[in-house]
Amino acid sequence: MTARPASPPVPFGQFVTRAQARGHLVVQPRMGMSRPERMREGLRATRGAAATTVGTITVDSYTRTGDAVAARRAVAQGVALNGYPITTYDPAVTRQVLRDVADDGFPVQVRHGSARPEKIVTALLAAGLDATEGGPVSYCLPYSRVPLNVAVAGWERSCALLAEAQQTGARPHLETFGGCMMGQLCPPGLLIALSVLEALFFRQHGLRSVSLSYAQQANARQDEESVTALSRLAAALLPDIEWHIVVYAHMGMYPLTPEGARLLLREAARLAVRTGAARLIVKTTAEAHRIPTVAENVRALETAAGAAAAEASAPRAAGAPDTGIHAEASALIDAVLGLDRDIGRALVTAFARGYLDVPFCLHPDNAGRARSGLDAEGRLYWSAAGAMPLPGRPGRGRNPILGSDGLMAALSYVQRTFDRRARAETAAR
Amino acid sequence: MELGKAERVGLDVVVSTMASDAHTWNLVFLQLLLEELGHRVTNLGACVPDAELIAECRRLAPELIVLSSVNGHGAIDAQRVIPGLRACPELLRTQVVIGGKLGITGADDGSVARTLRAAGFDQVFEESASADELRSFVRTLSRAVPV
Repeated sequence: MTARPASPPVPFGQFVTRAQARGHLVVQPRMGMSRPERMREGLRATRGAAATTVGTITVDSYTRTGDAVAARRAVAQGVALNGYPITTYDPAVTRQVLRDVADDGFPVQVRHGSARPEKIVTALLAAGLDATEGGPVSYCLPYSRVPLNVAVAGWERSCALLAEAQQTGARPHLETFGGCMMGQLCPPGLLIALSVLEALFFRQHGLRSVSLSYAQQANARQDEESVTALSRLAAALLPDIEWHIVVYAHMGMYPLTPEGARLLLREAARLAVRTGAARLIVKTTAEAHRIPTVAENVRALETAAGAAAAEASAPRAAGAPDTGIHAEASALIDAVLGLDRDIGRALVTAFARGYLDVPFCLHPDNAGRARSGLDAEGRLYWSAAGAMPLPGRPGRGRNPILGSDGLMAALSYVQRTFDRRARAETAAR
Repeated sequence: MELGKAERVGLDVVVSTMASDAHTWNLVFLQLLLEELGHRVTNLGACVPDAELIAECRRLAPELIVLSSVNGHGAIDAQRVIPGLRACPELLRTQVVIGGKLGITGADDGSVARTLRAAGFDQVFEESASADELRSFVRTLSRAVPV
């Protein structure tokens, strides 16, 4: 072990809020390479982009699922993985990746997708990092078969590891993934409720700096109303800790054309600026086809930064009308918080009772009675709410339950819409 | 088949991904598609460990196993699990197929499909394959299976 400090000089959360105060949207890629020198090159390129950036180390799927043997074997045999196997490499190797890259102007976040992230958190702290993301619900139900109560316990321990690091001067930052559940087709009231509940869980377990996520869905006005509602709830429920909002560029099926992909990314950047979000996770023009190159990531960061700057200097548009998303999220949050003072236990009970029920989620601890869909304008709706205590929605007819063709049409709505828009713009030129 | 009993229609199908893959939209879609064709689906969900995949398939002894993976590790994971499935006496007559985004490079020259067929898969549906290709494959299969 070296005598280097346990955390980068400018903490992740503080970096983002300072950039926001200066009027800059922070943009961030998804990026993970299995070879350390490639990972280092990726981080350097992210840092060098003409934008206000933070870096990302995304871990590979074997590390995410705790299969250390498979990760080690792949590294030993030189098989390329879909991310950086942070628990396989010695912390000294990861420190070498970060040396002169993750210093005071450039915080790095570790992204992992793990329901039981203790080993990943231990590894990132050992390498001098202290920013990561996820949550006991959002990295359990959609992506794993770990029982929810086991994931809650794992996340409690992980939060404790991060909170402990605060005693040695680190300012750990933890981002909720709850606002991105399933990537698409989860109605925003539930996304917001999960994002806020995970942030409250992090605070209960000692974190003092968090961010709350929301993934761009399929209708710009509905998204604007949603992020505004998320901000209001965060301000009301997290008055005593540092927080910011992070928007994710659409996480479902991405446009196939490069121009369609750029239009969608620019719309995500405008969403972030209009709603006062501080950070944006970008997607590249390669998204629909393969894992992007570093150069494609840099171009996406610069495209997003350009769109954000243009939006920031444009006249402010009127805010989106209230269609009841804030009320829906509040009702869900209140119902869960009313179950138990311990938020982890409250979440487990809420899923067992179906107070929270994620549509299309196959996890055994999800009730699986809720269903959702998209209307002709891309607005998400509930077609079945199961036992969720949603406020009444008078005047609405019964929404249809999707079959396989309907599901595919809903899943590809954004892709088709933006590819069509791109073709129309090209034709008009 | 006993006289007087309704004819059993449809296949018993297991839909699953493999241990490293957390994606499930592909599995939800496949379940709906197969159910609409009249088959009975057990959907094992995300990140199914090898041992659990094999144990569930032995227990259910389905006529068809549909594996799907889109995280880029599919080709590696599939070559690891197929010998175990093929070794099960309960699954001697089971068709095992796989589809999705099976490598991390995007475009494929067909070498992944050849490798996986040689490893024991009855059919490989690569990324460019359409839902209709699976539908017609399953239709052929359900005609061939005695009821």
